[in-house]
Amino acid sequence: MTDSITISIDGVEIPAETHHTILEAADKAGIYIPRLCAYPGLKPNGSCRVCTVLVNGRPQTACTTPVMKGMVIQNETPELKRLRSNLIEMLFVEGNHYCMFCEKSGNCELQGMAYRLGIKTPHFPYLEPKREIDATHPDVLIDHNRCIFCGRCIQASKTFDGKNVFQYIGRTRNKKVGVNADDGLGETDFAATDRAAQVCPVGAILKKRVGFKIPIGKRIYDRSPIGSEIEVQPKDAGSAQ
Amino acid sequence: MANVATNGKRIVISPVTRVEGHGKVTILLDDDNKVTQARLHIVEFRGFERFVQGRPFWEIPVLVQRLCGICPVSHHLAAAKAMDRIVGGEKLTPTAEKIRRLMHYGQTLQSHALHFFHLVSPDLLFGFDADPEIRNVIGVARKFPELAVQGVMMRKYGQELIKATAGKKIHGTGAIPGGVNKNLSIEERDGFLKDLPQIVQWARSALKLAKEYTSEHLKELADFGTFESNHLCLVGPSGELDLYHGNLRAIDAGGKTIFDQVDYQNYIDYIAEEVKSWSYMKFPFIKSLGPENGWYRVGPLARINACTFIDTPEAEAARQEFKALTGGKPNAMTMAYHWARMIELLHAAEKIQTLLHDPDLQGTDLVVKGERRYETVGLVEAPRGTLFHHYEVNEHDQVTRCNLIVSTTNNNTPMNRAVEKVARDYLSGTTITEGLLNRVEVAIRAYDPCLSCATHAMGQMPLAVELRDRRGELLDRRAKGVDAR
Ligand code: FES
Ligand code: NI
Repeated sequence: MTDSITISIDGVEIPAETHHTILEAADKAGIYIPRLCAYPGLKPNGSCRVCTVLVNGRPQTACTTPVMKGMVIQNETPELKRLRSNLIEMLFVEGNHYCMFCEKSGNCELQGMAYRLGIKTPHFPYLEPKREIDATHPDVLIDHNRCIFCGRCIQASKTFDGKNVFQYIGRTRNKKVGVNADDGLGETDFAATDRAAQVCPVGAILKKRVGFKIPIGKRIYDRSPIGSEIEVQPKDAGSAQ
Repeated sequence: MANVATNGKRIVISPVTRVEGHGKVTILLDDDNKVTQARLHIVEFRGFERFVQGRPFWEIPVLVQRLCGICPVSHHLAAAKAMDRIVGGEKLTPTAEKIRRLMHYGQTLQSHALHFFHLVSPDLLFGFDADPEIRNVIGVARKFPELAVQGVMMRKYGQELIKATAGKKIHGTGAIPGGVNKNLSIEERDGFLKDLPQIVQWARSALKLAKEYTSEHLKELADFGTFESNHLCLVGPSGELDLYHGNLRAIDAGGKTIFDQVDYQNYIDYIAEEVKSWSYMKFPFIKSLGPENGWYRVGPLARINACTFIDTPEAEAARQEFKALTGGKPNAMTMAYHWARMIELLHAAEKIQTLLHDPDLQGTDLVVKGERRYETVGLVEAPRGTLFHHYEVNEHDQVTRCNLIVSTTNNNTPMNRAVEKVARDYLSGTTITEGLLNRVEVAIRAYDPCLSCATHAMGQMPLAVELRDRRGELLDRRAKGVDAR
């Protein structure tokens, strides 16, 4: 049972249905709320917190919070922008993200978000963790250096592919997306055609031997900034390099 | 800023300005204060070979550009050529090969133009002994403004070609294993064609300047930093100059063939690298001749000396004039590098002209592949000389081993010899004079060393010249450039 209600985002009244999350309602209305872990069709897990908005003045993750009648939401405020920038900067320093030679450059949601938020260089010290590459699968590579722990691949394998290839293992600094096999992805029933191979927002899960096939200028965020696919009135593109 | 420290018997020379990178020179004397040896020291950073371990092979042509901010395109193409073989795609489609060549000639044009106009022309126009305050690119811009503008514009043209073919001026992605990721649109081509006649004209006048300078100053230059050597480069199947692809040819000082049409996949059977205790940079040599006699020059002088002919008419005419000076024998003059370099500048401009009129540049067949391989070598004639990339890749597509011999390393012994010769001729007593310092700098610069690249480090590096006696006691030290230490 769904009811049509009205909520307001940054002073704009938009219609919503009660089974929607704030993020879904905003998307439908052409309002972009930044996000890195939420993915259409997957159960939101609220891990990245980039979608944080103010709901009646209190911070909430838009991807996990259901709409309620009369909600007053703030999305574009200087404080939220600062919060999101800090989150993105932390993601950059916690992994080893070298956009300059990463094949996901121009198609990367993390990089795209950094450009959208106007981040030049992180203010935090780089942690330079030691991370591995799992190249055991014939067609897909995992570069843990670039993983941001969004959890999309874990869920996509279960929900979309009916498999159970990925899971978190370890804690805190040693946490990583592991696979359900002792000797790497190559030992699992994972296939390059799995949806889980396509949901990674960054350059951590990559189809092999196709990197750099799309020339600079033709990549997704070369032409318009991240979020403009949702926004009714896209923002001016700052060209992603 | 020159700085002389004469604490008793110590003398030192520091930063060589206008060399891309940095280094230090030690001149060794015997008991009679005669020069016995000169040593160019470069701090080698071998981090890169480790850094690429485990990385997927298709990433390497982009990743390897981090090696050097000064000649990234050479590394991009050498690595791409290596990775072509990994995917069995070394027989590129006509479009892919021509796009890569356009990128390569673009970078040759910009690199040679930068070197000649910005780094070398002050020496030629003002003389080696001119006040360093005037003897620099600002001085050139003041006294010969049109020349400075030409340098800037040619460089820009080359960079735009790189951008159009690689996607960006630095850290482009254009060359991928087995081909390229874009062609050249008609609009892009027409833009380049419009400015081309001017570029060719400027290349002609730069060549004229280098040639006339050499003939007019022949008395002074003939012996300046001059020594006989072997020469090594890639040549095409008929022995023609080919900067992008070919087989290895080596000739001796008399012009006799040492080897020819050697498939560079087997370079390891012909070239070895010697390690010396006092240098982090290796010393490559031709195996059959041994380390004592097997060292060789690379770069413009070696190429113009060793090739049979040039397949573009104006550069070929220039080559013949160049050869006439030495009666057809290889030219041994260090300062002849500049003339040879400008012959290549014009050659690159001519090649760009031919390529831009070729409809293959608008082709859409961009990538090929074939038999998978696990070990590979990629070579190009970079602006500074032959550049070797050697990789092993495992069955999981990861690089497991990497060895690079960069152009500047190939020219390691020649640069030492050039400095040694200059020191012998211009050192008097145990003091490094301003005149000697300038001449050491001029001799090293002729080789256009990319010390940034040879040391696998980025950024600027100072160069000092030190004078030491037989016991290693410092007699004098003189430094110049950003930081006289
Ligand atoms: S998108 Fe909502 S927490 Fe990540
Ligand atoms: Ni370099």
